[in-house]
Amino acid sequence: MCGTADLRQAVLARNDDSARALRSELASRGTVAVSLLSSPGSGKTALLEAELALAHGRGVPVAALTADLATENDARRLARTGVPVQQVFTDGLCHLEAVMLRGYLAGWLPPDTRVLFVENVGNLVCPASYDLGESLRVTLASVTEGEDKPLKYPGAFGLAQLVVVTKTDIAEAVEFDRNLFLRNVDRVNPGVEVVFTSARRGQGAGVLLDRALAVRDGAKAHRPVMSRTAERPPVHPRDHDSVPHAHPHSVPHGHRHDHPVAEHPVADHR
Amino acid sequence: MHEMSIAAAVVDQVATAAAERGATGVAAVRLDVGELAGVVPRALDFCFSLACAGTVLEGALLITRSVPARARCEPCGTQWAPGLPPDLRCPGCGGARAELLTGRELQIREVEWAPGPLPVHG
Repeated sequence: MCGTADLRQAVLARNDDSARALRSELASRGTVAVSLLSSPGSGKTALLEAELALAHGRGVPVAALTADLATENDARRLARTGVPVQQVFTDGLCHLEAVMLRGYLAGWLPPDTRVLFVENVGNLVCPASYDLGESLRVTLASVTEGEDKPLKYPGAFGLAQLVVVTKTDIAEAVEFDRNLFLRNVDRVNPGVEVVFTSARRGQGAGVLLDRALAVRDGAKAHRPVMSRTAERPPVHPRDHDSVPHAHPHSVPHGHRHDHPVAEHPVADHR
Repeated sequence: MHEMSIAAAVVDQVATAAAERGATGVAAVRLDVGELAGVVPRALDFCFSLACAGTVLEGALLITRSVPARARCEPCGTQWAPGLPPDLRCPGCGGARAELLTGRELQIREVEWAPGPLPVHG
């Protein structure tokens, strides 16, 4: 068999489909998933620890799933808050995928969970490409990481629906330029909310939980420009396996043979 | 590096398409990679040949086409090239409600079938 086939398939189509299915599955049972993306050491776990403890104290049913390459340290820390915690090992894989997440939730996620926090592998590159079925995607950066982090990782910050700055208690010591950071975030993701937190001093405590609960109750999460892609026209897979064409070229084609890239952008990932 | 996962997804989809069509070999896979897709074509190329081993795609070439990003402001209609790192606030009206016309693609455009499995490239 020779010839060519126009596939026009998004490479991540399967993940995107699973993510969409998971999102509606969770929504139908009253749960929203919140994903947390950051570099290793940005304070994701400390922030999460504080939010989980707060939720537990307020009687809000939450749960957390934490993905790591190895070690159960994070899960042990989080479990002390008293909320259900699931540790997932990715065995070296740099990111979670929607199908994996769904598998981990099966038989574990308590039915009354209102907010499921998903702590992705510490990595700002790979996880950004994968929709996990979350309804709020959060990207974190600590003040020690430099103001240009959003420019270096436009995928992670550009697709965030909420940006959380951590460790603000040491901002002065590391000469963190807050305005420069905000300008850089605004460049790759205009309009996104940026929250400043310090798990040590309690600054910004509860904001993450509040935003997650608001989304659960129907508030619209921010839609980043990077996630707004022009509408994709219906896909008509066609094979050009019989060359020359069975139909004469004088007959007007129902489709064009050149395919301007603009007509087929990747589907909205959010 | 998630290029290995991406390569595996490409191989999986093309192998499925091949099985549906009864194709026994793949000469080339053409892939569109947007400037903002977060994928490094060179790393993908390396992973692709590994992911093809032992499949109907063995020996297939990966031909990537890089797609520049282009944004359009919904309210004012301004179009611009956001560049890298992308500048996504509208240069016309200063608004934050643009959309990307192109630049996020990660798409298998076309597959060229071959009569049978190809010899592995050196």
